[in-house]
Amino acid sequence: MANTADRRVRHPASVNLRRVAPYFAPHRGKMWFVGLSAIASIAAGLSTPMLAKEVIDGPIAAGDRAGIIPWALAAVALGLFETGLASVRRRKLARAAMDVETELRNDLYRHLQRLDVGFHDQWQSGQLLSRATSDIATIRRFTAFGAVFLLIISIEVIGIFVLLLTLYWPLALVTGAFAIPVLILCTRFEKQYTAIVRRIQDETGDLTTEIEEAAKGIRVIKAFGRSRYAFDRYDAHVRRLFHSQMERIGMHTKFVWLLGIVPNLTLTAVLLAGTLAVGRGAITLGDLVAFVSYVLILVFPLEALGWILAMAQEAMTAADRVYEVLDTEPLVDDRPGAVALGDITGRIRFEGVGFRYPGSNRDVLESVDLTIEPGETVALVGMTGSGKTTVATLLARLYDPTSGRVTVDGVDLRDVTVSSLRQHVGFAFEEATLFSASVRENLRIGKPDATDDDIHQALEIAQAQFAFRLPWGLDTRIGEQGMTLSGGQRQRLALARAVIARARILVLDDPLSALDVHTESLVEDALRPMLADRTALVVVHRPSTIALADRAALLEDGRIVATGTHTELLRDEPRYRAILAQASEDEEGALA
Amino acid sequence: MTGTEPTGHHEFADLAEQGLDVTGDEVIDSWRGVTAEDVDDVKGSLADLLRSRSRTLLASLLAPHKRSMAVATALILVNLVCFLSGPWFVNQAIDKGIPPLLEGGDGSIRPLVTVVLGFLVATVIAAATFNAFLLLTGRVGQEIIVDIRHRLSTHFSELSLSFHQRYTSGRVISRQTSDVDAIAELLGHGFLQLTTSVLTLIGITVILLLLDPVLALATLAIFPVLLVLTRWFRARSENAYRATREAIALVIVHFVESLGGIQAVQSFRREPRNQEIFDDLDGRYRSANVWSADLAAIYGPAVQFCGRFTGAVVLFYGGSRVIDGHITVGVLAAFLLYLRRFFEPMQELSQFYNLFQAAAAATEKLSGVLDEKPVVAPAVDPILLPHAAGRVSFDGVSFAYGADTVLHHLDLEIPAGQTVAVVGETGAGKSTIARLIARFWDPTEGAVRLDGVALDRLTDDDLRRAVVMVTQDNFLFTGTVADNIAFGRPGASFVEIEAAAAAIGADTFIRALPDGFDTDIQAKGARLSAGQRQLLAFARAFLADPAVLILDEATSSLDIPSERLVQHALRTLLADRTAVIIAHRLTTVEIADRVLVIDDGRVVEDGSPAELRVGGGRYGDLHRAWLDSLV
Repeated sequence: MANTADRRVRHPASVNLRRVAPYFAPHRGKMWFVGLSAIASIAAGLSTPMLAKEVIDGPIAAGDRAGIIPWALAAVALGLFETGLASVRRRKLARAAMDVETELRNDLYRHLQRLDVGFHDQWQSGQLLSRATSDIATIRRFTAFGAVFLLIISIEVIGIFVLLLTLYWPLALVTGAFAIPVLILCTRFEKQYTAIVRRIQDETGDLTTEIEEAAKGIRVIKAFGRSRYAFDRYDAHVRRLFHSQMERIGMHTKFVWLLGIVPNLTLTAVLLAGTLAVGRGAITLGDLVAFVSYVLILVFPLEALGWILAMAQEAMTAADRVYEVLDTEPLVDDRPGAVALGDITGRIRFEGVGFRYPGSNRDVLESVDLTIEPGETVALVGMTGSGKTTVATLLARLYDPTSGRVTVDGVDLRDVTVSSLRQHVGFAFEEATLFSASVRENLRIGKPDATDDDIHQALEIAQAQFAFRLPWGLDTRIGEQGMTLSGGQRQRLALARAVIARARILVLDDPLSALDVHTESLVEDALRPMLADRTALVVVHRPSTIALADRAALLEDGRIVATGTHTELLRDEPRYRAILAQASEDEEGALA
Repeated sequence: MTGTEPTGHHEFADLAEQGLDVTGDEVIDSWRGVTAEDVDDVKGSLADLLRSRSRTLLASLLAPHKRSMAVATALILVNLVCFLSGPWFVNQAIDKGIPPLLEGGDGSIRPLVTVVLGFLVATVIAAATFNAFLLLTGRVGQEIIVDIRHRLSTHFSELSLSFHQRYTSGRVISRQTSDVDAIAELLGHGFLQLTTSVLTLIGITVILLLLDPVLALATLAIFPVLLVLTRWFRARSENAYRATREAIALVIVHFVESLGGIQAVQSFRREPRNQEIFDDLDGRYRSANVWSADLAAIYGPAVQFCGRFTGAVVLFYGGSRVIDGHITVGVLAAFLLYLRRFFEPMQELSQFYNLFQAAAAATEKLSGVLDEKPVVAPAVDPILLPHAAGRVSFDGVSFAYGADTVLHHLDLEIPAGQTVAVVGETGAGKSTIARLIARFWDPTEGAVRLDGVALDRLTDDDLRRAVVMVTQDNFLFTGTVADNIAFGRPGASFVEIEAAAAAIGADTFIRALPDGFDTDIQAKGARLSAGQRQLLAFARAFLADPAVLILDEATSSLDIPSERLVQHALRTLLADRTAVIIAHRLTTVEIADRVLVIDDGRVVEDGSPAELRVGGGRYGDLHRAWLDSLV
């Protein structure tokens, strides 16, 4: 990932969090309402103990029963005002917050779709997903609720302190003297706590990896009878996590102990000094009740301060992680001044093309030179790992070459818009990616406006008529969340998807590898007329597939070292023979 | 703050269980297509926790911690008494402490000091007991989590492959991650909150009744209102919660799948359509969340208002009682203070409700999985076979997969050391034979024996030492190349690992990797081709050195040079052991001593490759077709 990190501008964490602010711009009105109504609610909430004080010192002291009624009604009215306001505020805030979260997630997804395949190669989907879900939710929680809460709490604490000062300033100072060390200790604990929580997150991640591997590798584990070995590895992670969790619980307990005992000690002190003050006549009984109430109210905001600070920390890290992706520029993108690729004849040239995967230190392609004439089908042949697939992907600009250039009809692919280029290229991959959608939708990916006729023809060419016999025919859902298809069936659907658009250029990356000999030859027969007037590059592993091609090109050490017809190459080129001749010398002897 | 980051993508595999049919805009949904949903119907209501399966699981998890829980209960009770005594001490200070200090009093501060000291002691005890309670319940919670993890891991590894095939790895993962997380979350703070909140409510009710029964009854008159309110909220929020889970699950599926297939997405310019779908799904998630938030925006303030209203009632009615001399000002003050502590936990309970729902659903799923019995059960009365020779025999073996009979009464004798190739069309039953020898499945009828001992009488250790199967899908674990080869025999020395790689012919490409044998195999990177992964799998098998080796289509993803390389290695690998090779490529078959042609679950030809080649049978046909394809 070091490599993609280089592709972005670095910002300090807090800056990234602030970059979320523009998302709130459309909700400015709501946010003002939220802030102002919060202040009003606090004022209403804080006046309740004052009402009690007035009642105790006034009507009750005077024995005036009727005198209490207006105060009690006032208390109900204040309560209604405060809670009603809170209800409206929470509704408004939830809408603003969810809109921001949704917008942010949509933008992230949009950007991820723009990022090149090279980026996606380097990032596990789980990493991206946790950014799109938990990180964005963390940002939302803080920017909406945390930040608002921080505001409310600050105002509340200051408000209470002012009230305490007006009630009886010496006692207020006593309270303040207790509160300050709590605040300092809270922040210090918070730092240690954040560190251990992060460690637990990492360890949870490691454990998850272990769980994933044990689940996905269950066949291998069972085949070798390594259940105990796998369990021991797993258990080591479980134990480590357990100990970290216990450490966290220990720290949390200390924290809670401190937060629990200090306010109560304060209360004890206030009670002692306050009662003495009442005795001396310095304050009234009502004053004392109000004072004690306020000190009790103060406990909650102080406690909350701790977790809000932690929340802020988390939100900063989360924003950093999200912007790490958003700040990465796609390597494959439209250049300024890129034009749409119009009608083409389909002449393809690779000119001294070199390629190195991002993050790798080795060139896969050194200098590939190859011309494919319009209407020609060229088979690309090479050893495992020689870079055949890489050459194929360059044609659809899934990657751009590191050096040299690829042209279509003499135009550098990088000078045309990505979208217009891909319109002209039909692609079938060795690993047939099908989506959790109906068969019809999966084929329409190749051509969004495909008619049923188009679909039928494509399925016929790919010998994928089995699709009609699926339980719901073409409406049957396939892919990860749908019906399981065999490797051969998947490949044939992927092939149908590639041919449906009838693009000028076809790129077929070992598209028939999972088919049996019989089906393979049927597909080839159906495919041949279609290839006749199209430019095609076919990556080939086996001699049987090569029958599709007019010409073959041998890729070795990152270069095209020989081209010619299959027969010519088989005759003249020992390296070609070595790759495609079915059996080695001694086995041929055995067969003869 | 429990430190378990929600790893959302594991919910990906859970969709079938969540019920994908979010009824909504049918038009936009038609692209998804139709499928037979495997809806487990897990609703995640509190009632689920009470289902007997979940209850049994919970009881067995809690059983070892009975003593700790009794201690914890005692601690929290003491804590509550001390904690709740605060306002009562305020009451005492006002009523007992002040009078002597006022004019006409004796000026003694002794009563006040006694009250304050009492308060101090209560505070310290409250803090100490709470501290101990947190530590104890924290430990119990973590131990339960470790227990669950161990049970799940052990259970999943015992369950047969047929289960794993049906259940899919995605669900195995989400059971062990998001479901365990949900329970951990509940044990971490939800459970604590529930106990303390409920006990606080009860405690305060008792205290209020003790202080002044009449005023207490007037106060508690609000209770039915709260009850109705809570019931309303619970019913609604259960639906809202389910809607959010379903909506986010769809967002996650689309996210993971479309970005996982980004090559196809980009080359077919699928981005705008994907964005459209994503925006729609994300919008639904937003609506569900807003719905959920709106409910909380009504319930929370409503409860708060009940508190304020009750406060006003106490002020008026309590004030009157003070005036009438029924109660003191101190009691009134205590009442007002207790009311605050009464309504706060009510609000908190609503916040933790989602936690309970998630944990209930998780428990239900976990108990379901733990109830699953392994089809291939461990031997009850095992016969030890530490050094198998490798003779494999099928005695009248039939195997049915559901209603399909795949093998029909198969008799087969493979002497130790023989290499047998099994050929036949897709679905003829070749792989079934392989899996029966590896005891991934047990036969429906008859017995498979190793050295004359039925496989279901062998210990797993003996069986796995003797029989190893290499398939086409070669999972590589994180770690180095050397680690992955050593998986064949944990504890193998580096020299042995190198030797195994060399014997297979994998050392050349391994040494060409950036760090040779120490090259890290990342989950996605590393760029090992299918052929190279296969070679590593062979090296792994070679190192394991089993008496019986099964290759199930193991060479089909190799290109010709790699295959030739393996071809040579196979001769070494197969030399002094029994081997069963399932292949559709005839090159691999030609090195066998004996060929079995299978059709529709029956052996139709049996003989040496040379014999069968010249005969007019199916093998002869296959062989000729293959020779033709070479040109």
